[in-house]
Amino acid sequence: MADGAPERAWYEIVRDVLKQHKVSLVPYVPDNVLRPLIELIESDPFFTAFAVAREEEGLGITAGAWMGGTRAILLMQTSGFATLANQLASLSVPFQIPTMMIVSERGTLGEFNIGQMLVARTMRPVLDCLAIEHHTVTRLDEVEFIFDRSITQAVATLGPVCFILSPLLTGGKVFAK
Amino acid sequence: MAPTSNQPLTRDQAKVMNRYDITKRMLTHLRHDEAVIGGIGYSNFDLWAASENPNGRRQQNFYMLGSMGLAVPIALGVALAQPQRRTIALEGDGSILMQLGCLGTVAARAQKNLIVVILDNGAYQITGGQKTLTDQGVDIVAVARAEGLAQSAWAADESAFEEMIDRALKEDGPWLIGCRIDNNKPVDTTERDPSRIRDQFMRGLGVKK
Repeated sequence: MADGAPERAWYEIVRDVLKQHKVSLVPYVPDNVLRPLIELIESDPFFTAFAVAREEEGLGITAGAWMGGTRAILLMQTSGFATLANQLASLSVPFQIPTMMIVSERGTLGEFNIGQMLVARTMRPVLDCLAIEHHTVTRLDEVEFIFDRSITQAVATLGPVCFILSPLLTGGKVFAK
Repeated sequence: MAPTSNQPLTRDQAKVMNRYDITKRMLTHLRHDEAVIGGIGYSNFDLWAASENPNGRRQQNFYMLGSMGLAVPIALGVALAQPQRRTIALEGDGSILMQLGCLGTVAARAQKNLIVVILDNGAYQITGGQKTLTDQGVDIVAVARAEGLAQSAWAADESAFEEMIDRALKEDGPWLIGCRIDNNKPVDTTERDPSRIRDQFMRGLGVKK
């Protein structure tokens, strides 16, 4: 970052990289951690962003958009990712569709919901067994590099990519009594 | 949807038609390289079969090989990416029952260039003909209307279907056309080569040269 330039928040960096890569369609199932990113994207006319009823549906929309020539990324939380194994295995991977995903990570670093903690354990094994590229983003100074390089790679190799946003980056969701 | 001459009000009143025949009739009305997304199972197989012609197979078709329930979402994605092209989702009753929320999404987007055709035989036919919920009282057209797809209707018979698809290709959607179909075997089986299917489809849409 140039001296004197104001430091951007993670969600501002993500927005900027998505724009640079012409990723303009953003279906999502909302999450509190993703809220600032969703609000930023929804307020920017470059993007078409809307909530869908299920993550599977959002994955289908991004796949259709890719084949129609529009780049898209699906936003969800960890428990939502857990609903996608079949769609990744039967649509994204075999058809060579570079499904791009942002997952706000629950289930770790202060999780208070045992269901979230358990379902989070399924995420990386699913990604690994399908050989899907994924990165856990923990540091602000790595956000741009990881997103920029990985989107380039997804498009070039026609392979899905999953960005896992760690509470170390986002602050996560904290226990509220 | 303005009523056809003999518009049925409910699923029970619609004629049971043949899947391959209805698919073939639909394809004969496509003259502008419209995109067609085939869900899984026999609706997919008959789309494959009906798309064969002397000049080769129709390129603007996408055939799912799994991802049950995603024909409408995939079609919505194509429709969003290419607003000038009409896009049709060809989906079975068992499949759409898995993903009913997507009809609400289509309605909320008011996606003008999207047409959903539901082929409803009331059965999971490919797995042995077990009853789906549409054989036990669920009316997909009524569900679609309740989700905000005002232009949803059952096709009374073959000629009504052709009239409806013709109109849906000309006037703003989104549209949903319900077709009751029989349990005949499909005419052919889709070639299970996903990367080729995707590549052909993208070339058919002009995304790849």
